[in-house]
Amino acid sequence: MVRVFMLVPGVEIPHLCAQCHDYPCVSSCPFNALSVNNATGAVAVDKEKCTSCGICIDACPGNIPFLHPGTKKIVICDLCGGDPQCAKVCQEAKFNALWVIRTWRGNVSKKIFAQTPEELTKDVATNLYGEKAEELI
Amino acid sequence: MPRGYAGKFLDVDLSSGNVKDTTFSDEILRNYVGGRGLAAKILWDRLGSRWQEIDPLGPENIFLAMTGPLTALYPGARVCATGKSPQCNGIIGSTTSGEFPSELKCAGYDGVIVTGKAENPVYILVTDDQAEIKDAKHVWGKEALETIRILTKEVRETLENKHRKSGKWKEPGLIYCGPAGESKVRTAAVMQKVSHAAGYGGYGAVMGSKNLKAIVAKGRKPLPDVASPGAVKLLWREVDRRYSQRDRTWPSIWGTGYGGYEVGARSSSEPVRNWQDEWHDEKSFGGPKFDFKYWTKRYWSDFNCAGSCMKLAVIRTGPHKGAFTDNPDYELEAYLGPNLGIFDPGECIYMSALIDYLGFSGINGPNTLAFAAELYQRGILTKEDLGFELKWGDVEAFEALARKIVRREGIGDVLAEGTYRAALKISQMKGVDVTKYAVHVKGVEIGAHGTRSGQDFRPVGYACSPQCGDHTSAVYDAYRDMRMVFLDSAVVCSFVDSDLLWDYYRAVTGWDTTEEEWNRTLGHRIIHIQRAAVLIGGPDITWDPAVYDDVPPRYYEPLPSGPYKDKTTDRQAFEEMKKQYYIAIGWDERGIPKSEVLRKLGLEDVDRALDKLRR
Repeated sequence: MVRVFMLVPGVEIPHLCAQCHDYPCVSSCPFNALSVNNATGAVAVDKEKCTSCGICIDACPGNIPFLHPGTKKIVICDLCGGDPQCAKVCQEAKFNALWVIRTWRGNVSKKIFAQTPEELTKDVATNLYGEKAEELI
Repeated sequence: MPRGYAGKFLDVDLSSGNVKDTTFSDEILRNYVGGRGLAAKILWDRLGSRWQEIDPLGPENIFLAMTGPLTALYPGARVCATGKSPQCNGIIGSTTSGEFPSELKCAGYDGVIVTGKAENPVYILVTDDQAEIKDAKHVWGKEALETIRILTKEVRETLENKHRKSGKWKEPGLIYCGPAGESKVRTAAVMQKVSHAAGYGGYGAVMGSKNLKAIVAKGRKPLPDVASPGAVKLLWREVDRRYSQRDRTWPSIWGTGYGGYEVGARSSSEPVRNWQDEWHDEKSFGGPKFDFKYWTKRYWSDFNCAGSCMKLAVIRTGPHKGAFTDNPDYELEAYLGPNLGIFDPGECIYMSALIDYLGFSGINGPNTLAFAAELYQRGILTKEDLGFELKWGDVEAFEALARKIVRREGIGDVLAEGTYRAALKISQMKGVDVTKYAVHVKGVEIGAHGTRSGQDFRPVGYACSPQCGDHTSAVYDAYRDMRMVFLDSAVVCSFVDSDLLWDYYRAVTGWDTTEEEWNRTLGHRIIHIQRAAVLIGGPDITWDPAVYDDVPPRYYEPLPSGPYKDKTTDRQAFEEMKKQYYIAIGWDERGIPKSEVLRKLGLEDVDRALDKLRR
């Protein structure tokens, strides 16, 4: 599940699950609604158990999960069963902004991709606009 | 002449100004290949009989910039800078990537051998089958960017004037030493481009000691012929194809810079505050923090490499605005980040840029800075010694100290001798033993991979390596580790190493050398020569293997934090592995190459030279 934020014009920030090695969202859920899919490593949501409390949103270092506007249940990337369609279309269109990385489980660097859209916007805007970025944010 | 080679080497005597061509027999080339191997052979043949008396920073030392048969014909061209090392007094093959090696081969030379010492600063200009020594007074003292700008402009103008109506000339390739090398700082690197360094060994200081600012090459000839062009074409495509499969190309996407968090947090083997710790969980120091804010160019590589592990990092705002460097790679990230107590990516990039511009080795130089900072922390070096406070994480103070070292001012003059030599001097000055804070193996400051957590490098890898603290040539079993010797001798990048390497080598040279032959015989010759050189050492320091075939004392202190808290290098297991390695490589129990092993390999002169150590 990818959401694209554009808090500053021209600075699009794709915001998606970073696949943390230690799953802070899963361990934060008091209702055991979240579990890890052993085959793909993705987080699975049990919609029956989810109470829409939002605790996992705060537990995520990048506040990446969100409540679905219709069902009001939590939405976390399930990697499309191991074949992420977002990366597929991005590659088909030759944009190359998303691609599938297969690294060993336990890679701790993945977690630092979990950042809030505000943090990411600040970095990318500085890179693109230099000092002007401060006025824009 | 075997294929893959340009055919001749340039022999320059700076004292007399003589420039001549040299060749080596096919047999020598087949046995020693090029780069590190051939350089070790040349050094030993010319200086071996009086190795101990040769001052690495004196006119008698030889500076070599060597390519190999695979250089520029295999993805990832590098040049090997070597000579008698001012750090370990042995021979270290130190490589750096860039366009210089391919230009040199296109100019018709496989390497440059520099002897003597010029009276005034000079640079060597190598063009199509000829070379001249040119005045370099106007670039002496200049930092990296200016050196490149002046020399590129000057050489292009010279060549365009000489070859009228030949159109625009592309920029030449050059290797040079920065201001650190000019002041003979023992941690100075041979630089290429703006931030590519042959760091280990201190060969920037050797260039400086010869008053040699740069070697510039521009060739217009084709690359050398290969033995089987059809096979090489296929292999080249296959190596590139395998490399370009995205899932396998972490260096091309991320460089090695993502290790700055991964190594610190997961394997707990990253230097923190002069190795007082090896663990940090500072997420602000992770890859994306460099990537999104500072990288302005994601894919950048040297001539003919599909690796593109270089990233251009530019500081866009703040007091350090405008500073740029490539990446920085993991080693610099570690040594100029956590090891100086810096956990801000921008400050780390600024320090990396500074160290590059001044021409320090990004591993060895900052190791000395961190060593000084620890002495300050312990109250051994004071504000009076330094002239300012040197607190962990203080970028301005570290910058001031680096510049002091380059100018050899006050304490800078002591620290310019490298961590170990500085430790000896400071111990004398202050009357306390500070050598235990020096993190080095035989004078070479160690790479940013610790041994204490047991998750990264093994202590025997450093302790028994003839390249000393060099993390790229760590040893393990005297068989598989010969591959690194080969990569340094064929002079290609270890990141584009491939299982097709040996087929490739045979297709280029037309020789029948097998991996087995290399790993059992040819590679061992090079290792034994390097080992003999480092054991004989001199003139200022020699290394007794009983004491110095070891990792630094710091690696035996327990880790103070992290998932591997209290773990330390297991001395008993290490001693056992060392014993096994000695047997495997053919050294006696004291670590000296055995007489019968050397004679069997045809290294009688090495054997004779080691006789006095055996007694």
